[in-house]
Amino acid sequence: MNIEINYFGMLAEVTGRNSEVLAFSATPVSDLKEFLFQKYPKLQTLDFRIAQNQELVSEDTLLNGQEIALLPPFAGG
Amino acid sequence: MEYKNVFIKGAIPSEFIANSIAKHQSKTNIGAHTIFLGQVRADEIDGKAVSAIEYTAYEEMANKKFHEIREATFEKFNLTCMHIYHSLGAVKTGEICLFVFVSSPRRKEVFNALEYVVEAIKAEVPVFGKELFEDASHQWKVNS
Repeated sequence: MNIEINYFGMLAEVTGRNSEVLAFSATPVSDLKEFLFQKYPKLQTLDFRIAQNQELVSEDTLLNGQEIALLPPFAGG
Repeated sequence: MEYKNVFIKGAIPSEFIANSIAKHQSKTNIGAHTIFLGQVRADEIDGKAVSAIEYTAYEEMANKKFHEIREATFEKFNLTCMHIYHSLGAVKTGEICLFVFVSSPRRKEVFNALEYVVEAIKAEVPVFGKELFEDASHQWKVNS
């Protein structure tokens, strides 16, 4: 299945893109993270959380084929 | 589901805040308002002063989170109404980037509710800030 991955703030800067579509199976979020660390080694040095369908998820949550976002530390207000 | 859009492009003008206050004069069951204004501070980092913060957000999730914070606040406190506005894009030092306005018949409710809302926004809403320096370099802001 195709999942859309969105990058924000410094993560968009490091990956050089705002979003991309990747083909992935229903694996845990940790697998996706591992894949992204291979693709963008600089991500390993950065602090971020992952949201799936606009909710924060943990490493063992399964990907379900929709919207993923990599979120750097929040700085609202 | 589409949530109410909390974002305003650029700084929040003081006229906008004044108008918002004026609009509440017809709501005569209100006895107390509190307002929080977030202002961009000229932090100095390694001898360089911040000149502006450029805000971006994961807008769909952010508006959803603002909505959830709103619901939770009404649940917890006896409020008549509540308004939240946050800037997107560049906001210069000294300008306003966050406007939270809560109203209730009683003062105790609004003091507590305001702090609750502002702390929840800082912790839960995916808004990102790029601190721009006078020499055109930048760094990413993190809420403490």
